Amino acid sequence: MEHASVNPWAALAYLVAGVCFILALRGLSSPATSQRGNRMGIIGMTIAVVTTLVTHAPMLQVAAIGNGAWFELDTVTLIEILAAIGIGAAIGLFTARKIAMTDMPQLVAAFHSLVGMAAVLVAAAAFLNPQAFGIADRVIPMIGQPFFAIYPQSRIEMGLGIAIGAITFSGSVIAFLKLNGNMGGAPILLPGRHVINLTVLAAILGLVAYFTQDQSPWIFWTITALSFAIGFLLIVPIGGADMPVVVSMLNSYSGWAAAAMGFTLHNTAMIITGALVGSSGAILSYIMCKAMNRSFISVIAGGFGAAAATSDGGAKVDRPWKRGSAEDAAFLMSQAEQVIIVPGYGMAVAQAQHALREMGDKLKAHGVRVKYAIHPVAGRMPGHMNVLLAEANVPYDEVFELEDINGEFAQTDVAFVIGANDVTNPAAKTDKTSPIYGMPVLDVEKAKTVLFVKRSMGGVGYAGVDNDVFYMDNTMMLLADAKKMVEEIVKSLD
Amino acid sequence: MDFISILSIFVMACFVGYYVVWSVTPALHTPLMAVTNAISSVIIVGALIAAAAAGIGAGGAVSKWLGLIAVVLASVNIFGGFAVTARMLAMYKKKDRPVPAAQK
Repeated sequence: MEHASVNPWAALAYLVAGVCFILALRGLSSPATSQRGNRMGIIGMTIAVVTTLVTHAPMLQVAAIGNGAWFELDTVTLIEILAAIGIGAAIGLFTARKIAMTDMPQLVAAFHSLVGMAAVLVAAAAFLNPQAFGIADRVIPMIGQPFFAIYPQSRIEMGLGIAIGAITFSGSVIAFLKLNGNMGGAPILLPGRHVINLTVLAAILGLVAYFTQDQSPWIFWTITALSFAIGFLLIVPIGGADMPVVVSMLNSYSGWAAAAMGFTLHNTAMIITGALVGSSGAILSYIMCKAMNRSFISVIAGGFGAAAATSDGGAKVDRPWKRGSAEDAAFLMSQAEQVIIVPGYGMAVAQAQHALREMGDKLKAHGVRVKYAIHPVAGRMPGHMNVLLAEANVPYDEVFELEDINGEFAQTDVAFVIGANDVTNPAAKTDKTSPIYGMPVLDVEKAKTVLFVKRSMGGVGYAGVDNDVFYMDNTMMLLADAKKMVEEIVKSLD
Repeated sequence: MDFISILSIFVMACFVGYYVVWSVTPALHTPLMAVTNAISSVIIVGALIAAAAAGIGAGGAVSKWLGLIAVVLASVNIFGGFAVTARMLAMYKKKDRPVPAAQK
């Protein structure tokens, strides 16, 4: 039961590709080295693809001579493969060029679904033609046709590969639909969903175990079908603002799917990459959960925000608040020594980042120091705000993370909150009954003046909690569409 | 390669991944997701093997077409993922660096 012998040069090339991928991620430790890192990734991928094409070039058996066979390059298949790469490249490059930066979370979710589907297809191909992958023995039984028995170990790897791939695919499709607005962001809760989910998961694991004993197709396809279903069931109850965790989690799954297929193919490039991507997604999920002070389990269980939002509807108390105009805001900020801008998802929705940068430039011309404060879960995916500000040409050394800037609000004249809410709510620090209690927040209320850009007073944040900052003496509410408001402020600053 | 050597590579790579990813600056978390997405499409290796094995094996024909579709999907991801990462990374600029006049 020896595995098909691997060409040592090919194995070495795959190892080099794996190292290139490690260096690609290493480059992202700073913006200065990041572009070099991306190029390393491209080099690694090129090595992996070329090595595979050279060692597995499509061959046609043209003649049998003596006890050997004569093979010839199958140019038709080779052309088909190159055409497939070409089609994919055209779609990929076109999308990458056209996509708006605000739509990045959807794009990433869509890409995850493709990795998941590719893993499913590869696992299915390996199941149907195990000989090509060198993972089966030819068995000639006493009665009946000879067949290929897939190694039991490969069956586990293949079963897990198709399961994780299918979960990644259907989960990412739901995440995409929610992020893209084709499907409401509100959590959809099925009765008894935890029981259903656990049963389906147990069934998948049981079938993978049974698959080692019996390689009947029905087991393989049932695993596949159940995995598609569970991916769907897992993501549907999770609400819009928990999407940073979901997107990171699916990122992680796409890595584990690649790793599982790497085990099947004994391919080091796939195993190293799978492990890298898997741990990367897991770490990002952990960072996001920590920034919301919620356990991973509670996010996955879903339903956050649904109960709070309904119970809050009836008991609205009218509290006094101050409304300001664009001129007031422009005046206050132009007189300030330091302004900290706190962007959130609302800025992305309103596409206000360019207007915001213009406002920052005008303020700097007035001699004001401008900084940006980013909460880790602002937006719909990790680092979402940073990309949007970078797109608007905001220098990255003016943009600060929560822990680096939170001490500065007390010495700041104006905190300008645009499209963020829960991440500024002081209830997270003081009110033990609040659903967001314990979540690290930006201390905007410590600034001399808080300017809060919001569409209307009616809506509460995603967590369904009222924000005390709205009603403070030093707060001025700027009620308008974020982009229009910023544009008006820019005009008033002239 | 036996199972234990493969498992060793996997476990070591998990640790490498852990330390490398923690060193990524939070400002680049979105490009990180885009690039990990692109590199996880190394699964194209499996797709190419399936697509190239047309002449061999019993389930060769179906397997070949599944492989070809997987090649298309993985290629979308590889080219799209690296291109969009490059596009994002090109936007991160330091202070006092001249802003390019022509916007795409």
